[in-house]
Amino acid sequence: MKLTGAQILMKMLKEEGVDTIFGFPGGVVIDIYDELAKTDIRHILVRHEQGAIHAADGYARASGKVGVCLVTSGPGATNTVTGIASAYMDSIPVVIFTGQVPTQLIGNDAFQEVDIVGITRPCTKHNYLVKHTEDLARIVKEAFMIAASGRPGPVLIDLPKDVSTTKIIYKAPKKVELKSYKPTYSPNIKQLQRAIKLIKTAKKPIIFAGGGVVLSRGSKELTELAHKTQIPVTCSLMGLGVFPGTDPLWLGMIGMHGTYRANMCSGDCDLMIAVGVRFDDRVTGKTDTFAPNAKIVHIDIDPTSIRKNIPVAVPVVGDCKVTLGLLNKLLDKEDLGDLKKKRKSWLHQIAKWKSTTPLAYKQKDIIKPQYVVEKLYELTKGDAIITTEVGQNQMWAAQYYHFNKPNHFITSGGLGVMGFGLPAAIGAQIACPKKLVVDIAGDGSIQMNIQEMATAKQYGLPVKIVILNNQYLGMVRQWQELFYGKRYCSTGMEHAPDFVKLAEAYGAVGLRATKPEEVEPVLIKGLSSPKTVIMDFAVEREECVYPMVPAGAPITEMLLV
Amino acid sequence: MTKQKHILSILVDNQPGVLSRIAGLFSGRGYNIESLSVAETIDPLVSRVTMVTMADKPIVEQIMKQLHKLINVIKVYELTGSSYVQREMALIKVQAKPEYRAEILRIVDIFRCKVVDVGREHYTLEVTGDEGKMDAILNLLKPIGIKEIAKTGIIALFREPK
Ligand SMILES: Cc1cc2nc3c(=O)[nH]c(=O)nc-3n(C[C@H](O)[C@H](O)[C@H](O)COP(=O)(O)OP(=O)(O)OC[C@H]3O[C@@H](n4cnc5c(N)ncnc54)[C@H](O)[C@@H]3O)c2cc1C
Ligand SMILES: Cc1ncc(C[n+]2csc(CCOP(=O)(O)OP(=O)(O)O)c2C)c(N)n1
Ligand SMILES: [Mg+2]
Repeated sequence: MKLTGAQILMKMLKEEGVDTIFGFPGGVVIDIYDELAKTDIRHILVRHEQGAIHAADGYARASGKVGVCLVTSGPGATNTVTGIASAYMDSIPVVIFTGQVPTQLIGNDAFQEVDIVGITRPCTKHNYLVKHTEDLARIVKEAFMIAASGRPGPVLIDLPKDVSTTKIIYKAPKKVELKSYKPTYSPNIKQLQRAIKLIKTAKKPIIFAGGGVVLSRGSKELTELAHKTQIPVTCSLMGLGVFPGTDPLWLGMIGMHGTYRANMCSGDCDLMIAVGVRFDDRVTGKTDTFAPNAKIVHIDIDPTSIRKNIPVAVPVVGDCKVTLGLLNKLLDKEDLGDLKKKRKSWLHQIAKWKSTTPLAYKQKDIIKPQYVVEKLYELTKGDAIITTEVGQNQMWAAQYYHFNKPNHFITSGGLGVMGFGLPAAIGAQIACPKKLVVDIAGDGSIQMNIQEMATAKQYGLPVKIVILNNQYLGMVRQWQELFYGKRYCSTGMEHAPDFVKLAEAYGAVGLRATKPEEVEPVLIKGLSSPKTVIMDFAVEREECVYPMVPAGAPITEMLLV
Repeated sequence: MTKQKHILSILVDNQPGVLSRIAGLFSGRGYNIESLSVAETIDPLVSRVTMVTMADKPIVEQIMKQLHKLINVIKVYELTGSSYVQREMALIKVQAKPEYRAEILRIVDIFRCKVVDVGREHYTLEVTGDEGKMDAILNLLKPIGIKEIAKTGIIALFREPK
């Protein structure tokens, strides 16, 4: 059977179970688009390529599948770089197809030529330039395998125009196997036995869970471990939802804007079971004072995450789900003693931290951003998929929306990309058409990919955008307030569009609340609309996110309200 | 912690771009490369990169893990202790004024190296050896006058059991 490269690509995408592609066309990918139109794969036409890659990211996180993105060469390709870097930092499986100039022109500074493989080498898990149509099928198969397995991540495939148009006799690729790539899923039992010994003797243990638990779908096993051993749980920003936010053992988020009790626990604990985390500096603060009294057990599928920033007593290389499942089984055979008695004073101490220093704010005459998030949580019963922009809005979302399930919190954690939330919400809504999807946004960030309102409108996506409008680049302003003598340099956002009119201009619904008593009615009205809605909340302009650990300080030294 | 010299032997897919992935990893993460040598192995699909880096122990551990994480890297090992043989080759162009020629040839003889080019005023020597030998011969030739030097960087292999 003779097929063109573009036809082979479609065949492979179908084989990989791709049902949706986020993309934007251009000269060198017209052949691919021409074939795409003949398939039943849904193409979502974004309004900017950055929107396509973030949407693919949001789609991947909400669905657990690989997100796919297709763009043209040159500017189309470079516009995806920020989103690729974000997916790389957060270990999200996406495959990006970029068009490229014909192979014989590569290197000649041809029209819209850019070395996207070179540009994205440090921010992809792997990437390919396809030089021969014969290699295409195998490369696509490899790319999907690499993107989704082990520690997931973005994989880019650069497709020169002639590779797409050349007709060859198609041969199905063999099962892909890379001799140099074999992620370790099953842990070393000896290490688990060492961990069990520590669990049995620890007096003040905590579990610290992260994005790896989401990625491995290990939430059930994690919750079982915590309950079985009565060990309290904290999460990184990326882990939120893997342990119920309503559970009595829940400590809240750890880190720079973590809860008082979670951070105090890290300072005091004698055992930390770290699962699928990478000890980011937003979590550890000053590394040599992090968890100074604890033996750390670290479960991670990527050996480079282990001992990169923090010394570890028991390194366990393995998949979170597999490892926790095994650990639970082994623990079932152990006598853990009277846990109630054993944990009493530790849990008591934690309860004290919680009652003396809870997350708190006071709602007075001006709308508090925290109040908006808390109301949103109540009204959605914690069941919405929440995406965020970056800054204070993101932190309040993390603190006041109590996530109970994984894959419900979608945020750009590692790179912190302003403009992530709206396209990510679009991707999540396409993955989960029946779910309520809400972007908790800042007035600054939302302007960075606002053009995607047109995409939401075109596909009838009822995403809800909740703008916590403080007319500031609030997070930066907060640093200026606290550490730069209140010199608010270039952080004012008074010159912004009227977001209600803007929504209407895009054919969406726009609502506004300026007083506390309007918050709930606006949320109720907005959330129940079948349309795309922007809700603009005029919030206290100079509200700060607390607790806050100044950058580089020990995380037990928090600034409090 | 103290920085030490580490010799890494890395087997990689013999494909375009692989070296740039490795070099990019080092520059991007701020690791140092003292020397680097690359060539095909007996299997034409595989190349061997021998790399010397200065780093403390935890960093070398991290470097090896990071290298291993690259999809095109097949194997990474460190050559330590006395369990390996190492060689480096240098071409050294020395000034060969008549009054020094005998001295140069004596050095050539002692170090068992070769004169591979003779010019009107210069000799080019080929030297092979380990680091100690390299340093020694360079020290002797320096006062005579070294014009140019080209080195391959270290290559090394594990010793087999005797
Ligand atoms: C403004 C701002 C403020 C922030 N403040 C905070 C804060 O206060 N607290 C906080 O926690 N974060 C904060 N962050 C986020 C922070 O930057 C990091 O993104 C986050 O801490 C990383 O989470 P993680 O450690 O869970 O790692 P992730 O980035 O989610 O990485 C996942 C880890 O799991 C491993 N893994 C992947 N798959 C598997 C598998 N199948 N099995 C086992 N392991 C696996 C990976 O190798 C990796 O080590 C903030 C971000 C921003 C933008
Ligand atoms: C693309 C990008 N540029 C700059 C920053 C730095 N930055 C982090 S938070 C922030 C302020 C965001 O303002 P806004 O969206 O209004 O959110 P707020 O903090 O006010 O809730 C800025 C500028 C960033 N994270 N991303
Ligand atoms: Mg703002």
